[in-house]
Amino acid sequence: MTLQVTDLRVYYRTLAGDVRALDGVTFDLADGEIMGLAGESGCGKSTLGNSLVRIDGRMKYVAGTVRLDGLELPIADMDRMDEFRFKDISIIPQYAMSALNPTRKIGRMVADLLESRGVRFGEMRTELERRLLLVGLTEAVLDRYPIELSGGMKQRMVMVLSTLLNPSLLIADEITSALDVTSQRAVAETLVEFRARGFVKGMIVITHDVSILYQVADTLTIMYAGKLAEKAPTSVIMQKALHPYTDLLISSLPEVGVRFDERRLSGIPGTPPSLLNPPPGCRFRDRCPLAFEKCAEEPPFVEVAPDHSVACWKVA
Amino acid sequence: MLQLDGVSKVYRVGAFGGTGLTAVRDVSFTVRAGEVVSLIGESGSGKSTIGKMILRLIGVTSGSITFDGTDIARLDGDSLRAYYRSVQGVFQDPFSSYNPVFKVDHIFDLLRGTYFRDAGDADWRRKVEESLESVMLDPAQILHKYPHQLSGGQLQRLLVARALLLDTRFLVADEIISMLDASTRIDVLNLLGDLKGRGLGILFITHDLSLGNYISEKTVILSRGRIVEMGATGRVYGNPLHPYTRALMGSVPQLHRKWSEVEADLAAKGANVAGRCIYHAQHGTDGGPVAPDGVATGLVEAEADHFVGCFRPYLEGAC
Amino acid sequence: MSHQTPTDRGVPPGGSPVTALTGAVAPHEAPVPRTAPGRLPSETVGRRREILYFALHGRKVLVSVAILLVLLVIAVVGPILRPGDPNAFVGPLGAPPSADYWFGTTTFGQDVFAQFASGLTATFLVGLTGGGLAALIGMTVGFVAGYRGGVLDEILNMITNVVLVIPTLALLLVVTAYLSARGLFVEAIFIGLTSWPWAARAIRAQTFSLKTREFVDLARMSGASSLRVIFREIAPNMSSYLFLTFILLFGGSILIAASLDFIGLGPTDGTSLGLMMYNAVAWSALQLGMWWWFIPPGLGITAIVGALYVMNVGLDEIFNPRLREA
Repeated sequence: MTLQVTDLRVYYRTLAGDVRALDGVTFDLADGEIMGLAGESGCGKSTLGNSLVRIDGRMKYVAGTVRLDGLELPIADMDRMDEFRFKDISIIPQYAMSALNPTRKIGRMVADLLESRGVRFGEMRTELERRLLLVGLTEAVLDRYPIELSGGMKQRMVMVLSTLLNPSLLIADEITSALDVTSQRAVAETLVEFRARGFVKGMIVITHDVSILYQVADTLTIMYAGKLAEKAPTSVIMQKALHPYTDLLISSLPEVGVRFDERRLSGIPGTPPSLLNPPPGCRFRDRCPLAFEKCAEEPPFVEVAPDHSVACWKVA
Repeated sequence: MLQLDGVSKVYRVGAFGGTGLTAVRDVSFTVRAGEVVSLIGESGSGKSTIGKMILRLIGVTSGSITFDGTDIARLDGDSLRAYYRSVQGVFQDPFSSYNPVFKVDHIFDLLRGTYFRDAGDADWRRKVEESLESVMLDPAQILHKYPHQLSGGQLQRLLVARALLLDTRFLVADEIISMLDASTRIDVLNLLGDLKGRGLGILFITHDLSLGNYISEKTVILSRGRIVEMGATGRVYGNPLHPYTRALMGSVPQLHRKWSEVEADLAAKGANVAGRCIYHAQHGTDGGPVAPDGVATGLVEAEADHFVGCFRPYLEGAC
Repeated sequence: MSHQTPTDRGVPPGGSPVTALTGAVAPHEAPVPRTAPGRLPSETVGRRREILYFALHGRKVLVSVAILLVLLVIAVVGPILRPGDPNAFVGPLGAPPSADYWFGTTTFGQDVFAQFASGLTATFLVGLTGGGLAALIGMTVGFVAGYRGGVLDEILNMITNVVLVIPTLALLLVVTAYLSARGLFVEAIFIGLTSWPWAARAIRAQTFSLKTREFVDLARMSGASSLRVIFREIAPNMSSYLFLTFILLFGGSILIAASLDFIGLGPTDGTSLGLMMYNAVAWSALQLGMWWWFIPPGLGITAIVGALYVMNVGLDEIFNPRLREA
C-alpha cells in the first residue's frame, strides 16, 4: 500500500470561522495505482492534494493520519515535511507551469531546486536528459527561458522535474486544464508512461475533467463538499456508479455522439452547501433525488464491494 | 442571416505597426436562423477574433461580414445601435464580463440607457424579471448582488438573459461554458439549444469537440486562422477528412472510449484519404487563393455539405 | 443614528470571508455561501449612501478630513481675525508667540499667524489649480491614449515622453526668472502644465488593461459611446486610483511651489507657506532660534500632504467592495 489516508481533516481559517474544506477523508492508494480525483470547484480536491504535501499558514490541520509506504508523515509540521517533499512525495500544483520564474533559464532553475534538496545537479544531469528525451524534449530546453516553451512543453518539463528523484507518490493538480487538447493527451499519457517506468509508485491525478481520468486512471474518487462520495475502479464508476452524485455528474457530461436534439442531458440543480457551517448529515441531501429521512444522519464511507466504497444510505 | 465572406484579420505589431500578425485568413461561412454553428479551434486559432469581428468590437482587415444583407463595417451611431439590438454576445469569463464595482443589475441598466429610455420603472422591472425567469433564474436571488456573490453559472445565464431583453436574433457564444462546473455547464448549453428552438442563430465558439457535437447543426474547424474543415456536424464528426481534424478527434478525451480505440477507428475510416490532399486532388496544381505563407485558403466540397481545405502544413507532401 | 439604511452590510455571520476564501481556492466558481440580507432596489442612491456610510465610519478618512478641515478653517477665518496685509509690519520685532500674536512675529514685526493663514490659502490654491490642471491633462491624455490606442496613442505617448524628459525644475527656473511680475496662478499653471506626464502614463496603462476586460465589450454592445465607456465603466474601476493621482498631483504641486518659493522664485507679491520658509531661512530664523517662524509653515505643508495621503488609503478601502467585506 503506497498511501493510507485516515480521517483527514484540514480546515481553512477565515475571519468568520473555519471552512471545512476537507472534512474526514479516508482512502488507500495501492502500489502502482493512478487514482483520479474529481469533483466540482470548491469541493476540496485541491485541498486534499495540498494537505498531503504542504499545509500552509492559511490551512489548519485538525485530525487524521497519512502513511506513506507504511511510515506516518508529519503533515502538520511544515519543517519536518521538508525531508519528504520532492524526494518521497511530490506535487505539481495548479498553475505550476505559469509559476516558473521568467527570468531564469530552465536549467538554472532545475539546478537550484536540486541543490536546495541537497542533490548535486551534475549527478542527475544524465538521468534528467534521458527523461527529457522520453517526454519529447531535448536537453536544449535547459538553456531556454520558460517563455520560449509552449504550455505543453512547460508542463512536461515540470513533470520530469517533479519526478526526478523517483518519489513514491506524485500529486498532479489540474495539469491538463490549461492546455490544448493535443497537448492534454501528451501530458496525460506521460503520466501513464512514468508509472510504467517506475519513476513513481502511485499517483493522484486531480482534475475537474472526468473524461481525462477515464483515459489514464485506474480508480476514480469523487469528492463532494469536503468529503469523499465514492471510490471505485474507473470502469465501475463509468458503468455502474452507486452514489447519486457520481451518477448525475457523469450523466451530465456531453460525449461525442450525444446530440441535444436527440437526447437532452441535464445538470444537477442547486449549489453545494457552504463549508463554513455545513449542514449535518449527507451534504448532497438538498440536491439529491433519492434523499430520505435517514440522510439527516451522516452516511459513512464504506466498502460495498471489493475496492468500491460509497458514502450513501441508499446504497450501504 | 449572417455571412462571412473572405474575412481576414491582420494585427499590427511592433512600433508604428511595422509588422503584421495574421490572426484570421480568408474565412467564409454562413449561419442561418434557428441554427447553431460551432466554431472549433485551439488557442491561437483565431476563433475568438472571429467572434469579436462579428460583434464589431474589432475591425475586419479584408473581406466582409454581412447581417441580413447589410455590411456591418458600414454601421455607425444609430445603425450600430440597431445592429446590437439584434446581435449580441456572451463571453468566456463570467467574472470579467461584469464591472466589479457595480451590482449585476448594471448590465441591464446599460441597456435601458440606450434602448429602453421610455420604459417606466415598474415596466422595466417586470421586463428584467421575465427575462431572468426565461433563463431559469430567480430574480429575488440574483438582482442587487455584486458579481462576486454569484456563481459562474448564474452569471453566464444572466448574460444570456441580458441578450434576450433585446430582440436578439443572433448570439455569439464565446467559450461560455468552459469556466463552469460540470453540473451547471450542461444547463447553460441546453439554454443555447432552447434559444435555437426559438429561432435564434448562434455561433458557438469552443475548443471542446464534444460540446460542439452536442449542440450544433454545423461545424467549422479552425486552425491557425483558416478553416480546414467545415460541414454538417454529423459529416464532420462521422467522417473527419482533414489531418488536423483527425488529430483533434484523436486527442479529445472521451468518456467511454479510450484514446487507442478512437485512434484505431479513425485510422479505419481514414484509409480512403490516407496521404492525399483532397483539396489539391480536386483543384489540380492551380490551388485557388493562397495566403502569403503559401498555404491555400480555399475549400472544396468533398461530399455533400462537407468541405475541406488543403492538408498543408499538417501532412507534408500530400499536395 | 441615521444609518438604518439597507446598506448595513458589515459582515453578517457566515458572511463573505468564505467567498474570499473559495475565491482563492478556485478563482472562477465561488459558490454562493448564503443569501445576503435583502436590500432595497434604489440602486444609485443605495450605493452613494453606502459610500457615505463607510466614509463616515473609516477612521483614516475621518482623521485626514478633520485635519484638512481645520487647516481650511484657519485659511478662511484667519484673514477675518487679522484683517489687512499679512506682510504689514504691525507688532514688536521677533516676538515669540503670545496672546496678541498667536504664532509670534518675524524679525520685522510681521504677524506670523496672519502670514500662515493667508499662506495656507495660497498653498491650497496652488495645489488645487496646479494639481487640478495636471490631473485634467493627465486623465484626458491617459484615457484617450489608452482607450483609443493606435496612431493617436503613439502621438500622445510621444508628447508625454517629451514633456516627461524636460527637466521641469530647470524649465520653471528659467521661465519664472524671465517673468518679472509673477502671480500665484502663473506659478500654479506652470506646475500643472509640466507635472502631468507620469499621471498620463499611469492612467494610460490602467485604461489599457481595463479596456481588454469583457465588461467593456459588453458596454459597447449595449450601445454605449466611447465617452460613456470611459467614464461609466473604466473610470469607476480606478476611482480610488484617480483620486490617488489627484492627491499626488495636488501634494506634488504644493511641494514644487514650496521649493520654488523657498529658492526665491515664488510669487513676487503675496504670501505662501514656501515663501514664509524662504524668508525664515533668509533671515536666519534657524540660527536665532525663532522656531515660531518656520515651524508653522513646515508643519502646515506636511499636514496637508500627509492628510491627503492618509485619506487616499482610507478611501481605497471604501471604494473597493471586496476590500470592505474582507
